Amino acid sequence: MNHYETVFILTPVLSDAQMKEAVEKFKGVLTSNGAEIVNEENWGLRKLAYPIQKKTTGFYTLIEFDGEPTIVNQIETAFRRDEKVLRFLTFHLDKFAAEYAVKRRNKKAAAKEEAPAEEVKQEEVVEETNA
Amino acid sequence: MAQTQSEIRYLTPLSVDTKKKKYCRFKRSGIKYIDYKDPEFLKKFLNEQGKILPRRITGTSLKFQRRVAKAVKRARHLALLPFVTDLMK
Repeated sequence: MNHYETVFILTPVLSDAQMKEAVEKFKGVLTSNGAEIVNEENWGLRKLAYPIQKKTTGFYTLIEFDGEPTIVNQIETAFRRDEKVLRFLTFHLDKFAAEYAVKRRNKKAAAKEEAPAEEVKQEEVVEETNA
Repeated sequence: MAQTQSEIRYLTPLSVDTKKKKYCRFKRSGIKYIDYKDPEFLKKFLNEQGKILPRRITGTSLKFQRRVAKAVKRARHLALLPFVTDLMK
């Protein structure tokens, strides 16, 4: 089992529902091939630093998952086959990167749940046990 | 006349040999992983045109310079950083 994370950019012409559906599709590809999804982040519609396929914005999604190395090929084939995907990058997390990813996740959770302070603590505990 | 040279006075002491020693910020602050998803941080290692600054300017150690370069290139692939630009900052 290795830790991986993948970031992909979906074209901005999709509606919100279509975008969610596409993300679910890729998550389905991962889970059906025996990967375990650790974290999912939706960065929303972001401006691209340079145009890709004449688009200047895109929906960014980050998925962290644990799985066997063969999964990378499968997910990347799925990305290539789907013309909704502008770009993707899959990255193998080594131990320092994994450490950073856990820290980042906790920070995100804390920032998100800042107003209801009690929920923060609960979430952090859950994530620490996962890590 | 031998004294004339010592007569020259400056309001502020001349800055001779006060070059600041450069250091590797990753080694000093114990950063082990450079995140390609954080373009704001990576911008510290780029010039206005979006080029990666050399080690002789930033003082980064070789090990981390390689990692910075990798991270910048990954960020460029994901359109988080531009390949070429003017006036980035």
